[in-house]
Amino acid sequence: MLQCDYTTSQLDVLEAEAIHIMREVAAEFERPCLLFSGGKDSIVMLRIAEKAFWPAPIPFPLMHVDTGHNFPEVIEFRDRRAEELGARLVVASVQDSIDAGRVAEETGRRASRNRLQTTTLLDAIEDNEYDAVFGGARRDEEKARAKERVFSFRDEFGQWDPKSQRPELWNLYNSKIRKGEHIRVFPLSNWTELDIWDYIRREGIEIPSIYYAHTRKVFERDGMLLADSEFITRDEDEQLFESVVRYRTVGDVTCTGAVQSAAATVEEIISEIAATRITERGATRADDRASEASMEDRKKEGYF
Amino acid sequence: MDILRFATAGSVDDGKSTLIGRLLFDSKAIFEDQLEAVERTSRDRGTEYTDLSLLTDGLRAEREQGITIDVAYRYFATPKRKFIIADTPGHIQYTRNMVTGASTADLAIVLIDARKGVLEQSRRHAFLTTLLRVPHLVLAVNKMDLVDYSQERFEEIREEFTSFAAKLNAPDLTFIPISALHGDNVVSRSESMPWYNGSSLLHHLEHVHIASDRNLVDVRFPVQYVIRPQRATDPALHDYRGYAGQVAGGVLKPGDEVMHLPSGLVTRIASIDTFDGPVEEAFAPMSVTLRLEDDIDISRGDMICRPNNQPHVAQELEAMICWMSDVTKLGPRTKLTIKHTTRTARALVRDLHYRLDVNTLHRDESAQSLGLNEIGRVSLRITQPLFVDDYARNRLTGGFILVDESTSNTVGAGMIVEAK
Repeated sequence: MLQCDYTTSQLDVLEAEAIHIMREVAAEFERPCLLFSGGKDSIVMLRIAEKAFWPAPIPFPLMHVDTGHNFPEVIEFRDRRAEELGARLVVASVQDSIDAGRVAEETGRRASRNRLQTTTLLDAIEDNEYDAVFGGARRDEEKARAKERVFSFRDEFGQWDPKSQRPELWNLYNSKIRKGEHIRVFPLSNWTELDIWDYIRREGIEIPSIYYAHTRKVFERDGMLLADSEFITRDEDEQLFESVVRYRTVGDVTCTGAVQSAAATVEEIISEIAATRITERGATRADDRASEASMEDRKKEGYF
Repeated sequence: MDILRFATAGSVDDGKSTLIGRLLFDSKAIFEDQLEAVERTSRDRGTEYTDLSLLTDGLRAEREQGITIDVAYRYFATPKRKFIIADTPGHIQYTRNMVTGASTADLAIVLIDARKGVLEQSRRHAFLTTLLRVPHLVLAVNKMDLVDYSQERFEEIREEFTSFAAKLNAPDLTFIPISALHGDNVVSRSESMPWYNGSSLLHHLEHVHIASDRNLVDVRFPVQYVIRPQRATDPALHDYRGYAGQVAGGVLKPGDEVMHLPSGLVTRIASIDTFDGPVEEAFAPMSVTLRLEDDIDISRGDMICRPNNQPHVAQELEAMICWMSDVTKLGPRTKLTIKHTTRTARALVRDLHYRLDVNTLHRDESAQSLGLNEIGRVSLRITQPLFVDDYARNRLTGGFILVDESTSNTVGAGMIVEAK
């Protein structure tokens, strides 16, 4: 880490920045929480939180917005990791929102609970009176995200207004809000997909097994490989076949695609990503393909 | 591999998007699906060429209006460095966005159209860059292909800009003749300009020396958060008391004699802790936790420095302010919340000395207020002491933001010019 000419590697700079952001939130907000899905970005975020407050425990709970349409490997990982850290895990369930009549299940073969998550998330933020919510989103993921602040203000409806964002200068973050409003905080804003993987390698961080190559029954839809799952209705012409795949992102089973890959170690994943010519969301997320501005629209409603 | 943060300023007409598109594309940071989306949209709109500005203009309103409204952050890396681009709009009505992008930049690229020469907006961009103390400035003289790659034209622009920059106290200045469209001197040296002996733009970005831009002399450690793991399972931790923060200047070592402000008490650093173990040195921008030899009452907003090198303890500040609110104005008697390092206090504007015309640098001393995107020099009275340095000496202990007390919006950025 230390060299005599006081240069700092890119991962150390990014880590120091993220730690600073987390401590700023812990100092200035009353009820923060950290969104933890068991995906790689939230895993890295959790490691940063561990570092930021060490040797004290992480001073806020973790929250998972659970669509019920999960990869079991990821849920097992989520629970184990929270237990290891002694952290409190709050699970906000989309199924509960459906049962309570807050949202209606989508129908048809494209049915997904992706968009329903927003209501569950906003309800959970309101019920728990969270005033700051850490998310693992990165600006390199998507072009609406490229414009988002580290401290992203949400009004009392949980909405994001991209046209009136607070200017953000130096390392000074404005944490002033009124009751009912909240701030989404993105400590990994300046990280790229490759930074995340480099960090996972450097830190030797454990990640769910589905990120590594494995054999799985899949079928093809719109050029994406979707997993065989009880939550997806296949058309007659959508034949299952076995393939060696891995996941580049981890989301809801119904809209997260696998990529064909033999990468079985972090090193192999890094060389694969360094050579790829498709973005992670373009390759694997049906939810982002709906239109040029679908992420912006969902974010305005209050999405992650 | 280290990180270089750079800001670009300019409008679509200057070829800024083309330049960024080329840097991203040639460094393989643009992916096929992104390019396809851009090509599809360009086709739908009937544009004949692939409009690379669509890559950076991320918001619907920006795409609809064909303009860049906000700062967009872009990322690419070469084997030498990781780069973070703060891509800012160049028009005067977006001065606040450029100020925002420049605040964290190590380097700024100002684009000049070789046909048009040094325009009012080039001067404004250069001025804002120096106001924000961006240590390195690159004047990219673009569209050289449209002036027959003329050395004479390039030298003319260089001379004109150099004489203007002398007034600015401009930092390290580099001129590079380029054609973003054809790639001349962007990634590799151009064959069309054999008279140019300097580096290509990318080579310059990869090699410009930035490590010494940080302040490694004045020890400044704003206390951010106190770590006290009282309920830890390990009883050895029950008395642990660490002061967490990000180093804002100087080099700290265990054993160093340090002073706590505001108390003025002197103690020594017992250890510099991190999750990965204690470290022998800490310097900007490291986030660490200090343990001190003596029990002193220390809380967030305090400052650790050296007894023989202290910041100003100031309740009266002289500062340059960039006003960022489109709703209210700044004038004498305006009351605001000020956030400086980790300390938040209230501020009262005592006086507005002048408003600066960002195009001509003319000082209007009769100005009564500052409106959106206007810059001026003010005197502030603060409700409690702040531990400050001149912005020119340290951007982290010399910069602050102003927050409106009724809307909670960030309405101003300040750079301390003189602390009393």
